[in-house]
Amino acid sequence: MSDKKIKVLIAKPGLDGHDRGAKIIARGLRDAGFEVVYTGLHQTPEEIVATAIQEDVDVIGVSSLAGAHMYLFPRIIELLTEKGADDIPVFGGGIIPEDDIPVLKKTGVKAIFTPGSPVDDTIKWIRENVA
Amino acid sequence: MFTKATVERVAERHQEWEKLLAKSLAKAPERLERFSTISDEEIKNIYTPEDVSELDYDKDLGFPGQFPYTRGVQASMHRGRLWTMRQFAGMGGAEETNARFHYLMGHGETGLSTAFDMPTLMGYDSDSSMSLGEVGKCGVAIDTIDDMEILFEGIPMDQVTTSMTINPPAAIMLAMYVATAEKKGISRDKIGGTIQNDMLKEFIAQKTFMLPPEPSMRIIADTVEFCTQEVPRWNSISISGYHIREAGSTAVQELAFTLADGLGYVQACIDRGLDVDDFAPRLSFFFNAHVDFFEEIAKYRAARRMWARFMRDRFGAKNPKSWLLRFHTQTAGCSLTAQQPYNNVVRTSFQALSSVLGGTQSLHTNSLDETLSLPTEHAVTIALRTQQIIGEEIGVTNTIDPLAGSYFIESLTNEMESKALDYIQKIDDMGGILKAIDVGFPQKEIADAAYNYQRQVDEGEKTIVGVNKYQMDETLKVDLLTIDPVVERRQVERLTKIKESRDAAKVEACLKAIEAASRGTDNLMPHLIEAVKAHVSVQEICDCWRKVYGRYTDPGMF
Repeated sequence: MSDKKIKVLIAKPGLDGHDRGAKIIARGLRDAGFEVVYTGLHQTPEEIVATAIQEDVDVIGVSSLAGAHMYLFPRIIELLTEKGADDIPVFGGGIIPEDDIPVLKKTGVKAIFTPGSPVDDTIKWIRENVA
Repeated sequence: MFTKATVERVAERHQEWEKLLAKSLAKAPERLERFSTISDEEIKNIYTPEDVSELDYDKDLGFPGQFPYTRGVQASMHRGRLWTMRQFAGMGGAEETNARFHYLMGHGETGLSTAFDMPTLMGYDSDSSMSLGEVGKCGVAIDTIDDMEILFEGIPMDQVTTSMTINPPAAIMLAMYVATAEKKGISRDKIGGTIQNDMLKEFIAQKTFMLPPEPSMRIIADTVEFCTQEVPRWNSISISGYHIREAGSTAVQELAFTLADGLGYVQACIDRGLDVDDFAPRLSFFFNAHVDFFEEIAKYRAARRMWARFMRDRFGAKNPKSWLLRFHTQTAGCSLTAQQPYNNVVRTSFQALSSVLGGTQSLHTNSLDETLSLPTEHAVTIALRTQQIIGEEIGVTNTIDPLAGSYFIESLTNEMESKALDYIQKIDDMGGILKAIDVGFPQKEIADAAYNYQRQVDEGEKTIVGVNKYQMDETLKVDLLTIDPVVERRQVERLTKIKESRDAAKVEACLKAIEAASRGTDNLMPHLIEAVKAHVSVQEICDCWRKVYGRYTDPGMF
């Protein structure tokens, strides 16, 4: 790993207000030495992608607990591709039914962390997968 | 509760016992270094009369239905009437949710509770770009009164009470409910139910916010005033700790911030010129039932005692009905696990039992699959049966407040009260709950508690069966409910048709009237009822409010 801190964007897309998990991940990543930007709630996919590019982040974590992940997560990846920023990997978390996980991975979401995953799993995944 | 002589004698015996215990521990130590509740409150190895020597039966407990209501709000409690079994339901469109309502009532449910989808909760219509992918997903989509009429088709609105869990557009849903009932020939004084209408906890925890705090409070005061005058059987605010707890608070924080919100609403309505005894009897509460059994029971008992004292002593309420903290309970969604999901039935049963022993008036038991998706019919039936087993099989409703007098429960009740009062004092010193929210005080306290708990789970200090202990490779899968994408299309088509066929001039006039009332001081409710009757949509009204008042955006603290 280079000595530059990995910069992570934690994002809450859509109208869902459940931010407990996203905030715990944001704080856990910060405590683990990452640089963390948190978007706050109620962001459109367009706003999230704009923030990611503007902040020049290395990876994006998106969280959804209200059932709209099958639209919102792929939409973010689509917009990243449109903007030529598809080198930024995207991982997701929240209430994601098991059957949806392979479908999301096919659209380009690199990893999904479901309820019960220790914060360390996410930290480890970022260290191993984000240069 | 005990004479000085008794307490002294118990203290002597206690010391003897400590010696005995020390010998036993020298051979085999305790399982844990420290025993604590899920909220991280340390619990002692034993409780005795020493811990409750100051407790005054008359002053601190009393009888059920009597001040300070520690033992229950009604004289006969669950021997008279069981709590209302009210399962939160909503998915897809009004058609699907109406079918679920009929299913639940056909199986012994005694009250309705409506879950709305995210766009409706946030004041957007199904055809908005903000709603893409979210229509009907985590509740029912309601755009206009036409949807509301389908939702309550075949439901006797004068006999069944309905709870509607909605906040920024709560006044609009109440207007639709009143108008729908009146169309069926049921006058507004005959309908009963609840709108959540609790914006303070939205800023603190649930985060479905739309307008800034001050105009939000103004709209709430309008609904309280309207209900007091016109819909006397309606609970105008359901002051909610549930979401505060789900966001990761401790039990004490849930208790403290919920009551602090309640004090904020009472003050706002008094400032509006309302008489406390006119509106306070229709305020209701909503608490979480988390996994720590005794801590929860103590929380409910402390809540009743604290509220009664606040209402009588701080606000000078004279009507005993104003002193009552009546509450609905929902078992803790955040305690359910995706791993080994059938264990959730067991967790939910214990949680439900704690709320019953704590004297709840109404209860929702979560379904085993709710950590994965909205509940299937099969799962919701088990959840409802859980309540029926508690109410009618296991004997816990034979006597009122059976745990009163337990040294542990009474001591824990006192401790919850005293720690919650410390928080409320801090909030008072800040200048009240709006100021505290403005500086992010409750938000920060909750985020810290949530992070602390997650750390304890990750480090194995707190056990979650099947998650950080007793894991196994799972082959058992549960069937999940999915929402057909056709719902979104059908909803958008219906709304388009309504918008084409309604009286456009009337719509415009209604929106102008709402805008004028929002800028002025006219009570909004009569204007909202007029508007929903003219098929004005939820988003059209909310857009008008967003224009007048601006929006609240998340400060994004973590």
